[in-house]
Amino acid sequence: MQETIVRFENVSMQFPGVLANDNVSFDIKKGEVFALVGENGAGKSTLMNILYGINTPTSGEVYIRGERMVKHTPAESIEHGIGMVHQHFMLVPSFTVAQNIVLSREPRKNKIFYDLKAAEKATLDLVENYGLVVDPKAIVEEISVGLQQRVEILKTLYKGADILILDEPTAVLTPQETEELFEVIRRIVREKDMTVIIITHKLNEVMAISDRVGVMRHGKLVGVEETKNVNEKILSSMMVGRDVLFDNMDKTGTPGDVLIEAKNLYAVDNRGLLAVKGLDFQIRAGEILGVAAIEGNGQSELLEAITGLRKIEDGEVLVQGTVINGMNPGQVRKLGLAHIPEDRIATGIAPPSSVKDNLIIGKERDSQFAKWGMQLKKSTIARYAKELSEKFDVRGAGIETPVGSLSGGNMQKVVVAREFSFDTPVLIIAQPTRGVDIGAIEFIHRNIIEKRNAGCAILLVSADLDEIFRLSDRIITMYEGKITGEFKEGEIDKMGISYYMTGDRSEVGGEQ
Amino acid sequence: MWDQITALFTVGLFQNTIRNATPVVLAAMGGLFTEHAGIMNIGMDGMILIGAFVAVVFSFLFASAPMGVLFAVIIGIAIGLFFALFVVKLKADEFVIGTTVNIFAGGVTVYLLRSVFHQVGTWVSKDIKGLAPIDIPILKDIPVIGEVLSGYSLFVYLSWVFVILVWIFLYRTPYGFWIRAAGEHPSALETAGIDPVRMKFLASVLCGIFCGLAGAHLSLGYLNCFTEGMSASRGFIAFACVVFGMANPPKVFGAALLFGFLQALGLRLQSVGVPSDLTAAVPYLTTVLMLVYITVSANTKKRNRAKKEMKAEEAETAELAEPSA
Repeated sequence: MQETIVRFENVSMQFPGVLANDNVSFDIKKGEVFALVGENGAGKSTLMNILYGINTPTSGEVYIRGERMVKHTPAESIEHGIGMVHQHFMLVPSFTVAQNIVLSREPRKNKIFYDLKAAEKATLDLVENYGLVVDPKAIVEEISVGLQQRVEILKTLYKGADILILDEPTAVLTPQETEELFEVIRRIVREKDMTVIIITHKLNEVMAISDRVGVMRHGKLVGVEETKNVNEKILSSMMVGRDVLFDNMDKTGTPGDVLIEAKNLYAVDNRGLLAVKGLDFQIRAGEILGVAAIEGNGQSELLEAITGLRKIEDGEVLVQGTVINGMNPGQVRKLGLAHIPEDRIATGIAPPSSVKDNLIIGKERDSQFAKWGMQLKKSTIARYAKELSEKFDVRGAGIETPVGSLSGGNMQKVVVAREFSFDTPVLIIAQPTRGVDIGAIEFIHRNIIEKRNAGCAILLVSADLDEIFRLSDRIITMYEGKITGEFKEGEIDKMGISYYMTGDRSEVGGEQ
Repeated sequence: MWDQITALFTVGLFQNTIRNATPVVLAAMGGLFTEHAGIMNIGMDGMILIGAFVAVVFSFLFASAPMGVLFAVIIGIAIGLFFALFVVKLKADEFVIGTTVNIFAGGVTVYLLRSVFHQVGTWVSKDIKGLAPIDIPILKDIPVIGEVLSGYSLFVYLSWVFVILVWIFLYRTPYGFWIRAAGEHPSALETAGIDPVRMKFLASVLCGIFCGLAGAHLSLGYLNCFTEGMSASRGFIAFACVVFGMANPPKVFGAALLFGFLQALGLRLQSVGVPSDLTAAVPYLTTVLMLVYITVSANTKKRNRAKKEMKAEEAETAELAEPSA
């Protein structure tokens, strides 16, 4: 019998208006990989923030190695050997790897001065000890996301952590990087006797890495199981509280005319570096083109270039046969294009404004909603917003509620509802279900397929390969701003595609 | 024409360069800290003005220049704390608070000058003790160089030392790293166990101290008097220097010297017949030009880089196409 290292006893956490954790009790054993799964807003992250000392529970007790923690701070958690790798990396971009690893516990010379050499030495020692290879002198903002995550793990190890919390660690990784991460987890558990808690909502990963799994729903712990005794179907029904169907969608119809086209498209990123390098593609009516790429390979700039948000440096983009170069986003939209942006909070919605206001953005001057294009028809707008939010199943809010206070999934439904209601023939959809729970994913996917079957040309960019595979008729892979591969539905599998997402394979001539 | 140009470059020109630059250098060293800590500090001008006034008042009361400096520093700390309290702790808008500090400084110094000391415009008194000039032995006897580099008040030399000390502090001590981390990625610092709010307070207080010193130097450094509004937008110029020098101490120092030089040159231009109204505008014009330069050069750099990359890309494709022929 393994000893208990972390224990939650009747932990509840009440936020204003939300009971984030409801009487949660369970143990985590030393030397195990414990997966915590649940939909967004199920209370996984809150529970881990309580363990790490960022939040103080309203009631209940937390024990680390048998010691009761009372209103502990992150600094005290670190003392007790807890390390947390957050979903959004906590790294200072302009510092080097070594400087980030030793941050707050810098080695010193003469008690005052920062010993930069010793910091690099300490990093190299960790690299040797744990086999996680990084370059101590590299600047963090210049290394890949996978390496940045490695730096995060090393940071906790430098502080002597032996209980590692990983908050959705694979969200930004490629399948190959994920496999590498899992190797690292297995090794540190086996060789260094560490305990790993991994928060995720990818069930295949739970099956691949964990010894035991805890499922949360609406703040409650639904159950803790030995991983070998469950499968993905059982876990997903535990998470959602009902059976979820993950079949492929019914696609009907045949592709029609080309509605959007890019010819030798070039665009630069915010630093002025070339991010999109000579892209060519066409999308026909009734077709979904999926773009599979790891973040930062030009897909964001591509989206902005074809929606008029970013200058087209060279080449051209045609929407329904009209060249859009030099047009502003409003003009591009008038040609019959709607856009679900990748970052819903920054560009998709106006967080402090109401659901109602957000639903009519872009239509506020239409004669339907405004007299003389000036005076808003309040009751018409309210009726319209109510209908639309019911149709798109926006929950947990009235039409007057500020959108920013909704959950990620409902926020996204507002964006989808608005953009789909333009009834445009061309749809540009980016990360439609990022950070959205399973129920809402299902709903949004169904709507996208409906649009496709109705004859829209859809460009879909997503970091979620499951989503790409489920929805796309064709898939192109992008790497460093170029198209590295193009595949029809069913021509390639997920592992295969990651090969094309991680490098330009044209010169190798197919297989390695 | 040539004579006129050579007539401009006198020892006095370089002396004035250093004199003009020093208060800006001091204030900019403070502005560096807030800039690194992620605070947009446009209140430096007010901080300098209050520092200048307080230095004169306490120099007068105690008949001692060091006491004046000491109190300028103390009031600098107080304003720094006040600024941080509102901007960092209470999360008020930094522009509003910065502007408030500037307006308050302009008003309170004039009010106290008139109501307590019954002076209007400029306050000169033999009881206001200034800082004695310092002659550096040996150096002072070297012709020209001695004249240019020797004979200033202590602050001038201190400001040079501060440039080095600030650099060491920012890039060679843990506190410097923490202040920079607090500005760049506060939650990274917080999760590492250090409170970014405290680092921002520290930066703000350091800025207050340096602005207090800049003010004391302005009023006690060579003229020993206080004039209403005597900071004359030096706080804003210091801010421009911080931006121009990318918050790197030696570069900021260079930017301040450039500003000092242009101001001195403006003064000299008067002696060759350029109207004083025009020459007085030189430093402010320079500030504007500096900022325009930064923006434009950054943009052209981006454009050029993109163009170059695109050409290289095309050349590569052309090369790939050729060997088949």
